[in-house]
Amino acid sequence: MSKVIEGLYYSESHEWVKVEGEFAYIGITDFAQHQLGNIVYVDMPEVDDEVSKDEDFGAVESVKAASDLLSPVSGTVVEVNEKLSDEPELINQDPYANWIMKVKLSDAGEVEGLMDSKAYEAIATE
Amino acid sequence: METLKTTCLHDKHVALGAKMVGFGGFDMPIEYTSIVGEHNAVRKATGIFDVSHMGEILVTGEDSEKYVNYIFSNDITGAPVGKIYYGIMLYPTGGAVDDLLVYKKGEKEFFLVVNASNIEKDYEWMLENCKGFNVTIENQSGYYGEVAVQGPKAFEDIEKYVGIEVDDLEFYTFKELDYDGEKIIVSRTGYTGEDGFELYGSHKFINKVWDLLIESKEVTPCGLGCRDTLRFEVGLPLYGHELTDTITPLEAGLGSFVKLDKKDFIGKDAIAKQKAEGLKRKVIGIELKDKAIPRADYDVEVNGKKIGYVTTGYNSISTGKSVCMALVDVDYSKLGTEVEVRIRKKTFPGEVTKKRFYEKNYKK
Repeated sequence: MSKVIEGLYYSESHEWVKVEGEFAYIGITDFAQHQLGNIVYVDMPEVDDEVSKDEDFGAVESVKAASDLLSPVSGTVVEVNEKLSDEPELINQDPYANWIMKVKLSDAGEVEGLMDSKAYEAIATE
Repeated sequence: METLKTTCLHDKHVALGAKMVGFGGFDMPIEYTSIVGEHNAVRKATGIFDVSHMGEILVTGEDSEKYVNYIFSNDITGAPVGKIYYGIMLYPTGGAVDDLLVYKKGEKEFFLVVNASNIEKDYEWMLENCKGFNVTIENQSGYYGEVAVQGPKAFEDIEKYVGIEVDDLEFYTFKELDYDGEKIIVSRTGYTGEDGFELYGSHKFINKVWDLLIESKEVTPCGLGCRDTLRFEVGLPLYGHELTDTITPLEAGLGSFVKLDKKDFIGKDAIAKQKAEGLKRKVIGIELKDKAIPRADYDVEVNGKKIGYVTTGYNSISTGKSVCMALVDVDYSKLGTEVEVRIRKKTFPGEVTKKRFYEKNYKK
């Protein structure tokens, strides 16, 4: 059974969003890391890149496949998790502690269109 | 949608919690726990794979040697019973119908092991091309199950837990044994770059071998995911990727398995002609400087111009490097040539290397 954390927002493409003021941390869910298997590479955006809701901002690669990352929010990348360059497997170990990018939100209201933990639990069961 | 076939071990894969995927028309385990763990088990100890999806076709009859030599690129003339040959079934164009193993079971009896996705195609092809030969061709794929037991400890574990002697077999030989009242086949072959064995028999026998080895706790169940990463690292081709109906064995670097000094065989003229004219493209290895992963079908470029495409690529589990095999214009195939692979929106620099990214560890 995949872990879902209360208080985060979730996208249908299995990213999570943690909002802190005008910023948001974005990562992939436990369900997603489990589906992917051993993660061996994370293709991250660069600081100052603009990201748009539902558009790809990078990819997570497991041994067997590449999976695009879709941004659940719009804004500017202010930080990426450099630890993942050397240790992409951290996402397998704890997907919620290991965010991929931190974004300065351009539209704070956007997250309201995402799922809460209850709604996400329902789709992350298969 | 076509219904997937299942192998005789299907229930056991599901019970072990394997992730199942469609492969070659069969519902097969891609991994049980993790591709990386399973890959390393084969490199360091022993892994067992269900490869019952592979096809088995038996050729018997007065002209069986002559016939197999006619449809097969390698030369089996006068081979001793118990020997195995790797080779390719060719179209007249030089493209591959399939790559396969030929087991010489008797002077007039040859056992052909073919890829799961090609069983029907191969069988039809063999029937179409047997006119004038006194042979019987029988598709026995429904009867046989098969497991591959691979790794440096494979011979020990089979002898200890299955209770049959196998270490007397040389690489690419096999023997038939009586086991619980049936004839089984054991061969020293595999598709991992490690020492190992493949066992063929009834569904009952295959289930028994599986249970004995899994219950020993010494042998790791391994899915098709690591079967691909293992074969890839040692530069073994996979039909549909490095070798296809349009990629010839010469282009795939398998020229030593096409015996042009042999009498007439299907595809000989095309291969001889290609050899005389020189290759225009070739399967090579590429090692990237970055860890981004070159996947099948990604473009290979030089100065922004496409010169080929990736046929298989991974971040090699044994070496940690991002490497691939690619079919490229022969002008860019020399070792050390600088090339780029287009991965999503960016290109990543790399250089041409040998296709063998990890040394084989066969016991010969």
